[in-house]
Amino acid sequence: MLRLLVVGGFVVALEVLCRTGVISKLVLIAPSEMAIHLFGILSSRKADADILESLTNVMLAVLLSVVGGFAIGAFIHSFPRLRRAIDPFLASYYALPFFAFYPLFIVLFGLGRGAIVAIGVLFGIVAMIISTLTAFDRIPRALVRTASAYRMGPVEAALRVKLPSAIPFLFTGFKLAIAYAFIGVIAAEFIMATSGLGYSISYAFNNFDNGTMYGLMLFVIVLVTAVNAVFHTIERRLLRRWGR
Amino acid sequence: MAVHEQAVAARGDGVQPVHVSVRGVTRVYGDPVTGIRALAPTDLSLRRGEFYSVIGPSGCGKSTLLDVLAGLSRPTTGTIEFEGRVLDGVPDGIGVVFQEDACFAWLTVSDNITFGLRRAGVDPAEIARRLDYALRLMGLVDFATSYPAQLSGGMRQRVCIARTLVMQPRMILLDEPFGALDAQTRLIMGDELLKVWRETGATVLLITHALDEAAMLSDRIGIMSARPGRIIEEVETGWPRERDSRIAAEHSFGDITTRLWSVLRDESLKSVQLGGGR
Repeated sequence: MLRLLVVGGFVVALEVLCRTGVISKLVLIAPSEMAIHLFGILSSRKADADILESLTNVMLAVLLSVVGGFAIGAFIHSFPRLRRAIDPFLASYYALPFFAFYPLFIVLFGLGRGAIVAIGVLFGIVAMIISTLTAFDRIPRALVRTASAYRMGPVEAALRVKLPSAIPFLFTGFKLAIAYAFIGVIAAEFIMATSGLGYSISYAFNNFDNGTMYGLMLFVIVLVTAVNAVFHTIERRLLRRWGR
Repeated sequence: MAVHEQAVAARGDGVQPVHVSVRGVTRVYGDPVTGIRALAPTDLSLRRGEFYSVIGPSGCGKSTLLDVLAGLSRPTTGTIEFEGRVLDGVPDGIGVVFQEDACFAWLTVSDNITFGLRRAGVDPAEIARRLDYALRLMGLVDFATSYPAQLSGGMRQRVCIARTLVMQPRMILLDEPFGALDAQTRLIMGDELLKVWRETGATVLLITHALDEAAMLSDRIGIMSARPGRIIEEVETGWPRERDSRIAAEHSFGDITTRLWSVLRDESLKSVQLGGGR
């Protein structure tokens, strides 16, 4: 409730500041105007192709980040020496300015979807790797011994025991991977794409079309918040059911 | 006549065939020369269908002994034979119950209990039959659809025992399964364990640090030395197969615990001096 009040208060304050001219219309339009523009964009269906393009890119990036991050995290966790060697790189990973390497991605993957998804994956995958390592650290030793007592091999133990046991903690990585994938994909579309939400926002910005720009930005914010809220709710229910 | 000799005479049920044989088993963690010696050369024979407990000072290698018996850990030297075959990995027919909560939190009680059966591809009708038996035996009928988080510690341990039980193991290894439970629950769980043992006919090896628990439940008790641990003495209780926790009121119960403590006290003191009692 308090959270809603804070957000609601912020939106109302912004509305008042924009409507009274304290914030210039050239800088920021009122939230209600953004909503009206967004409604117009969605009802005219003119941005459908761009939305579909970006969501496909994000979903691919999330899928690859989550599956790949889990597999790599599980692998690293099995080799403590390897983990000790890699840990400092993982810790400092997000200090790297990936976008500086975007020409390299264009060379490697071309100007299409590949390079954009690759940047989304680069953003999301390490959050999932770190989360998998942390989650596996928290698996009770008794469960690992139980898997051994059932004569499970490493892969079966990872899938049947470690993965479900770690799921509540993997959610953190999952949520971060989604957020980072959105950031990576939208930002990559700004500079590398000829379609998609990032491209459309950039195009509107270059053409002084504040209505479209803020409408699409509002769409991205609402979408990411909604996705995060859904997974947060699932996570809380799981944690409650599992007594964590 | 020593207590254990009186007990053997009182039991009078003849010698059962050997089910498990441990010969000269040692376990060193780390480097074989400079590493931590958890087990000194240990010899042990378990008779088929007997209830055997191992007691010993903290850190003496009791759990290590269980691990090598279960095939979860390889002995550094020596051999273990289970049903006449040298142990190499976790064998078929052995079930293990750990001290820590090993319930799968994401599965209901029923799904926890039938986990191993479903994995082994057992016929669904047979799974239902064994589940029904295990739920009744362990008093979990009303909790079949509950999740472990909704149960008490004692009930979660019952789920773990039931999960082991449905696999119909011929030997059950228990590593301080009641260590985290309160005194009354431990007594009740002990009675239930005896019931399981009687009904299944399995050989049971119980690791415990509680003298009274070992004395109450066991046919035979092995006392381990301070680290590196080995069985230094065995005590036969001579209890009838039909027994429960009320046997603690028997006069000879006091004799048995006194005997156990007289051996264990010196080893516990050594263990404390070695730092194993921390």
